[in-house]
Amino acid sequence: MSPTSMSEHDATSPKFLRGKYAICGVGETTYRRGSEESTRSLATWAITNAMEDSGLVPADIDGMLSYSGNDSIFAPWVAGDLGIRLNFYMDVHGGGSSTEALIGIAIGVIEAGMCKTVAIYRAMNGYSAVRIGGTGTRSAAPIVGDQIHHRAYGWQSAGQMFAPTFLRHMYEYGTTPEQVAAVKVAHSKHASNNPKAYYKKRYTVDDVVHSRIICKPLHLLDCCVETDNATCIIVTSLERARDCKHPPAVIQSVVGRCCKPRIDMHYQHGPISTVAGHYAKEILWPNAGVGPNDIDITGSYDAFTFTTMLQLEDYGFCKKGEGGDYVSSGTIELGGKRPNNTSGGHLCEGYTHGMNMVIENTRQLRDDVDDSCPIGPDGKRQHTHDHSEGGCRQVKDAELAANLGWAMPGTGSAMVMAKDLR
Amino acid sequence: MPIQGEYQGMMLTIEDLDQENRAFFRFCADRDFRLQRGKKSGLLRYPPTTACPWTTDRESEWVPVEGKGTVHSYVEVHHPIQPTFRDKVPYMIILADLDTQKGVPSEHEALRVAGNLMTSDGKFAPPEMIKRIGIGSRVRMVFVDVTGEFALPHWTIDEGAEQPEGPWRYPQE
Repeated sequence: MSPTSMSEHDATSPKFLRGKYAICGVGETTYRRGSEESTRSLATWAITNAMEDSGLVPADIDGMLSYSGNDSIFAPWVAGDLGIRLNFYMDVHGGGSSTEALIGIAIGVIEAGMCKTVAIYRAMNGYSAVRIGGTGTRSAAPIVGDQIHHRAYGWQSAGQMFAPTFLRHMYEYGTTPEQVAAVKVAHSKHASNNPKAYYKKRYTVDDVVHSRIICKPLHLLDCCVETDNATCIIVTSLERARDCKHPPAVIQSVVGRCCKPRIDMHYQHGPISTVAGHYAKEILWPNAGVGPNDIDITGSYDAFTFTTMLQLEDYGFCKKGEGGDYVSSGTIELGGKRPNNTSGGHLCEGYTHGMNMVIENTRQLRDDVDDSCPIGPDGKRQHTHDHSEGGCRQVKDAELAANLGWAMPGTGSAMVMAKDLR
Repeated sequence: MPIQGEYQGMMLTIEDLDQENRAFFRFCADRDFRLQRGKKSGLLRYPPTTACPWTTDRESEWVPVEGKGTVHSYVEVHHPIQPTFRDKVPYMIILADLDTQKGVPSEHEALRVAGNLMTSDGKFAPPEMIKRIGIGSRVRMVFVDVTGEFALPHWTIDEGAEQPEGPWRYPQE
């Protein structure tokens, strides 16, 4: 396996910019409930951590991108606070599926000569202000026009909106609650080896299927955590990234907010048990020049246990309909063939609308995840690869990572990153 | 003037310029379920939109459609998110394939109309009624008024129709 191995859809046109850009710095705040500070404060905290991680200073950053849904702070304020003069910025509307999409935009604007290095952040008080689960301000908002077709029926939260897709998958393929619960089991195992995870407790399949029903088929433990936090990723050219503190995570391919037909009302066009990855994979793998079998680790968005399963299936990590088998086979656990969300992801580490899974895979490709392994005399963590509780979560010889971002069944983003093997 | 009314403790508003939703919900108030039909394609679409997704045709006419269908999938809510639904759990959101235009223009397309599972007289369905419903169940449309010029379409069990022996339900009750 190597980052240049061929898939059946290989595309070699240089227009894809494969291997030309990289993530050179990552950073985050703590993952908490009750931050007692503004999103502006959280944003500057995460960005300074990412700059520190990369070794860059404010004068090195000249581009900024953020995403939010009326719940965050815009880039000009954050840049001003940090003394960063911007040559480019943009604040986009959206949540999950934005991380990979904005990385693609960053590559595009750098390639266009508009700026050199872009900091991408997501700052949110997803527990103590605008709650991601949809209670509070989101459910109190006025119901106008097109929203009447769902919100007036009590069909509003992410779990409620996605449930028809999840149930239909169970109906069509015989997927069981126990199979899907294995996603939570795996991610909680990973989180137990992540000192910064909000939930570090390990759960069993029984725990999940006996937790209370939120809306069928989702039990409480099938749902992600609501937390307050900010995250940041810095994107620049591979040449510049190679001068930074850590080895670059080299971007091989990105897909941004790829959609199913009729995205306005995606349930009109089926099969509704198929998600946007079905379309996104036709861009992701050819542009990366690799296929799912080449991938060592995945970061498949886990707003719910089901979203991880559906995406792994539609991106081709298993046959259509076999997602339940795939996620319950041990494959996605640390020590398995292809671990998913090794930080614990949204189900356990914290909810960031996708960015913490990209941060985690960046650290995995550096061979430097922040677990409890001892730090050696060279300042690098001495990974034991013993994945027992409280232990190591570094994946041995991780060279290729795929991140699969999710906005909704009908919209997804994705990215392949490689270890810098120069 | 916007069309506005309180429904189940929620204020629902249709703005002046939202011609498509104004027409749709006004027909519902007359118990006359209508959908837009593209003039070029002859195809119906749901919910109301501004153009035909198969031809880009912006011309359409509102034609009556029979409110009968089959449950394609559903949501069964046990933990309420919106405050107004606190006293209604468990409640069900039905996504029903209308018989009209099912599998047209392609195999996996249908007019999938949302609504709550209601009793035939427009009250939220009790738990024992919810337990009778699953994927494959036959349903018919009922309407609940918001104002005199605005009603919401909902679903109820079509007691006159032949029902599947065991509609598919999530395995944990």
